[in-house]
Amino acid sequence: MNTKEYFKEQFEQSNVQDRNNLLDVVRRQAFDTFSKLGIPGAKHEEWKYTRISGLFNKEYSFGVNLTQDPLTQADIDAIRLPGHESANELIFINGRFSAQLSIVRSSQLIVLPLEEAARGEYRQLVEKHLGHSSKYQKDGINALNTAFVQAGIFICVEKGQVPDHPVFIYNVADAKAVNVLSQPRTLVCIGEAAQVQIVETFSTLGSQESFTNQVMEIIVEKDAFVEYYKIQNDKANAHQVSTTHIRQIGKSHTHAVTISLNGGMVRNNLNVVLEAAHCEAHLYGLYFQQGSGHIDNHTVVDNVEPNCLSFELYKGIMDDASTGVFNGKIFVQPQAQKTNAYQSNKNVLLSREASVNTKPQLEIFADDVKCSHGCTVGQLDEEGLFYLRSRGIPEKRAWSLLLQGFTMDILEKIKSPAIRTYVDGLIAERLEFRSHGQQEID
Amino acid sequence: MNSDLYLPAANDRNDEPGIIERTVLNEYKYGFVTDIEADEAPKGLDENIIRFISAKKNEPEWMLEWRLKAFRHWLKMEEPTWANVSYTPINYQDIIYYSAPKQKVNPANLDEIDPELRRTFEKLGISLDEQKRLSGVAVDAVVDSVSIGTTFKKQLAELGIIFCSMSEAIREHPELIKKHLGSVVPITDNFFAALNAAVFTDGSFCYIPKGVRSPMELSTYFRINAENTGQFERTLIVAEEGSYVSYLEGCTAPMRDENQLHAAVVELITMDNAEIKYSTVQNWYPGDKEGVGGIYNFVTKRGICKGVNSKISWTQVETGSSITWKYPSVILKGDNSVGEFYSVAVTNNYQQADTGTKMMHLGKNTKSRIVSKGISAGFSNNSYRGLVHVSKGATNARNFSQCDSLLLGDKCGAHTFPYIEVKNNTAMVEHEATTSKIGEDQIFYCNQRGIDNETAVALIINGFAKEVMNQLPMEFAVEAQKLLAISLEGSVG
Amino acid sequence: MLNIRNLHARIDGKNILKGINLEIKAGEVHAIMGPNGSGKSTLASVLAGRKEYEVTEGSVDFLGKDLLDLSPEARAGEGLFLAFQYPIEIPGLSTTNFIKTAVNEVRKYRGENALDAVGFLRLMKEKMAIMNIDQSLLSRSLNEGFSGGEKKRNEIFQMAMLQPRFAILDETDSGLDIDAIRIVANGVNKLRNKDNAVLVVTHYQRLLDYIVPDFVHVLYNGRIVKSGTKELALELEERGYDFIRSENHIGEEVK
Repeated sequence: MNTKEYFKEQFEQSNVQDRNNLLDVVRRQAFDTFSKLGIPGAKHEEWKYTRISGLFNKEYSFGVNLTQDPLTQADIDAIRLPGHESANELIFINGRFSAQLSIVRSSQLIVLPLEEAARGEYRQLVEKHLGHSSKYQKDGINALNTAFVQAGIFICVEKGQVPDHPVFIYNVADAKAVNVLSQPRTLVCIGEAAQVQIVETFSTLGSQESFTNQVMEIIVEKDAFVEYYKIQNDKANAHQVSTTHIRQIGKSHTHAVTISLNGGMVRNNLNVVLEAAHCEAHLYGLYFQQGSGHIDNHTVVDNVEPNCLSFELYKGIMDDASTGVFNGKIFVQPQAQKTNAYQSNKNVLLSREASVNTKPQLEIFADDVKCSHGCTVGQLDEEGLFYLRSRGIPEKRAWSLLLQGFTMDILEKIKSPAIRTYVDGLIAERLEFRSHGQQEID
Repeated sequence: MNSDLYLPAANDRNDEPGIIERTVLNEYKYGFVTDIEADEAPKGLDENIIRFISAKKNEPEWMLEWRLKAFRHWLKMEEPTWANVSYTPINYQDIIYYSAPKQKVNPANLDEIDPELRRTFEKLGISLDEQKRLSGVAVDAVVDSVSIGTTFKKQLAELGIIFCSMSEAIREHPELIKKHLGSVVPITDNFFAALNAAVFTDGSFCYIPKGVRSPMELSTYFRINAENTGQFERTLIVAEEGSYVSYLEGCTAPMRDENQLHAAVVELITMDNAEIKYSTVQNWYPGDKEGVGGIYNFVTKRGICKGVNSKISWTQVETGSSITWKYPSVILKGDNSVGEFYSVAVTNNYQQADTGTKMMHLGKNTKSRIVSKGISAGFSNNSYRGLVHVSKGATNARNFSQCDSLLLGDKCGAHTFPYIEVKNNTAMVEHEATTSKIGEDQIFYCNQRGIDNETAVALIINGFAKEVMNQLPMEFAVEAQKLLAISLEGSVG
Repeated sequence: MLNIRNLHARIDGKNILKGINLEIKAGEVHAIMGPNGSGKSTLASVLAGRKEYEVTEGSVDFLGKDLLDLSPEARAGEGLFLAFQYPIEIPGLSTTNFIKTAVNEVRKYRGENALDAVGFLRLMKEKMAIMNIDQSLLSRSLNEGFSGGEKKRNEIFQMAMLQPRFAILDETDSGLDIDAIRIVANGVNKLRNKDNAVLVVTHYQRLLDYIVPDFVHVLYNGRIVKSGTKELALELEERGYDFIRSENHIGEEVK
């Protein structure tokens, strides 16, 4: 399909005209940007290893065109995360928030349609922060989401509040009948000294193609604490570009863990902008891909103010014909003296067909800093294997143990016991059923 | 951090200039101009200019055709913009593409070199007098577009080693040139390589026959002299089976307010069990303290380890040029071949450097090692950009990369862009990078032990760069160390 | 040898030293003790010439020269040595190369010829034996990856190599176990003679069991509030610094 033409048509139809409507203004601007940039191709440096433009050769239904049967409660039950009984559950269907299916259990949690927030008392917050991610995602795909913001949500935890339950966000794509494009949008504001735990997951129903282009922007104020987990374990027909953009505008703390276990072509953008002195950010990621899966993690830690600490560890296991991409940028701006920033990316290739492209990147404009990055690509330790086997552990089991060991320092960063047990189980199951018991060596 | 903090207590109390001021006063000592008449092409670039260059050099028809093909391709190409450098666009029609000092072309022996040029080289510390040379280094001296003479040719010829200017090689050894020229860096490779292929004027050619270890270092000294010219030289080194050569390259240019373009191509080829060690001390005019003038150094250097067990090692000390764009690379094609890249890049004032390497692992059991040390001072920006690529067939490939940056002052930037692409699961690739600064703590500690600021800086810088400096041939190492100290004099302290 | 008169110093506008008077003669060992924040390390830093500290009043005479007028390296050349509380790490610079440069720069300052490789090696071997220091340590980057004990031993080894007239040991015992303290102290004792002097800055009495001081001064709130012999150190250890506070009626000045 002619992507630009198609989206132009869609955009015209959605009648974004109201100059007094904040969202309309933002959307129109974003659409202009999209018209200029289009879907990023391989020539775009940030998309060198992840080529999504081919996915747009297909027709997708999205937004207003959607005419499927509504999902049933049983559909939703099938994709619920463990621990959901005591969680706030926010559900997007094909990119549109469904108030009907969602459950807000905590009184400390404010959830509003984005349109409503943009009109009411949160208008200033929305105006200030919605779309900030475009400063870091300078491409048409980010603009495309903003251009079609419809039925997005605004989440707010007010000053000093700590919701008594975590927030689970389900991004559901119903691809039972047609190819579907979903563009969920969320803006989260975490007030001073507030604290919240967010768990986000993606599920595709049906076997048609699904493309999710999701953007979540999180604002963290002074002394606030945000825990964010992204769990990706979708099907091979589920492709996504998932952007999580965290602005720490006061001295605050971020703890983010991204687990990517299955999917088609998956691209994650995680940006952490440290806009106040003495902020702290911890970024962890584990990707374990099989089949022809493609996982791309792009992270940015931008040190804007002095005395911030960031620590980042991403680990990857690439099996079968899967491809892993890691790009980690650390920026240290001129006034961000006394920055401490550490980054590490470790990869294991299990099969001859698997590949990894990794690009850790330091850009430093201040002098009094301590920064380091490192990355490795290799295999599991043969010596370790031998040691285990010499203690009577069968080879296949020994491999599993070694791989489990490799994933451990990421898994232990998941603070929610229910989620951790869940991810542990997914990985153990995968190791159990791996097609071959060992890595292939020529 | 205020750079004033770096000033020593002693300097606070009297009116002596601080080290920072002194650095600024420290002039580029190779910035003089030799007054010699030049034979020049008119400004601008079209097919006629290329025919002019080719005719000037009495080239055979095939060479002209090769150039024209490159030129036609270049016209279709766009100047790359991905490097982390910024400069006002180059007007390619405002450059003189051929300029040769007027002297007898290709003097039959070294005595015929114009005395003025001979003095120029004396001044640069390069003697073209074989008797006066320390034994062990043969020199090809290139001024602007042409080679003015090559020393020790005869002694080398006795061993079968060919060491001559590229122009001479095209005339005298056409089979070798036809076979190898452009085989590592094709004319279509990149914008500047295509430009070079179209208009290159001279450079050096080395051929080391089977089983021969060159008894001396071979070297080329490049000098830009004329105004408004670009220098486009081309170097080709072929090491046949079981041979070895160590090659050195040095370069300087006069101080001028306008920028001059230097777009060179270097190709290295090693056959089975052969080794080439290529060392560069790059000291083109870096521009003044305000960033005015200086050389744009846009260079394509690439070697191929064609044979098994062969080795190519690049060592570079980059202190000059206002802009450097340079990625000496190794294609590791032969099984068990080894590629190395050792680099110290220093930027001060408004210099910009985007440099690094590419290691392309194709053969089995291939190994590469990258040690890059970037030092930024003043308002400069220093980037490491490297690629380690392990292809599907490169079983048991190994790479280790270490990229360290040192920042002096708070107006400069250090950047690392390592690309790592691994398509074989038996590979082991490791990359480590650190960024740190020289601060008043380190300097004070040295002071307390009786070491003054400048000595302390020199000590620390040399310590930081030591792994790379150790790779340089002896006679270069001393010069290079001094150069480092001079380039950074007063940046800290 | 060293005569400190009414020394006032501050950092970042905060007054730390508020009138120090101290005279140290050749052959003597003085100890300065005091609670955290009393100005002990500031005194050491000011004497060595750390420029963050501003001297606002007073004078320091060292072997007939105005110490405060000298750059840090000139102070070292004159024979002042500071064993750092936190020795600095310098990646890439080998310890040997560093010490060799320091020894020869100091010799140059004193108008002596530089030591050649053989002479330097001989001196180093001799001092290594005294300090019980290993060759492998010296070939590593300066202080990089050294354990706390190794760093402190390296400080005293440098002291042995530079043969200062006056050495300040700034909390050289901090972070060391008792065995390491003994080794370091033995090294210092071997270097003592009638022509040099040592100022030991410490928080605890234990180091003074091994480096026995002739005089002990108590630094409190930027002033020397009590001086005595080594028994004073024992008293301090037993009674804590509170008795100084009550005896001197200066508690109100301290938070």
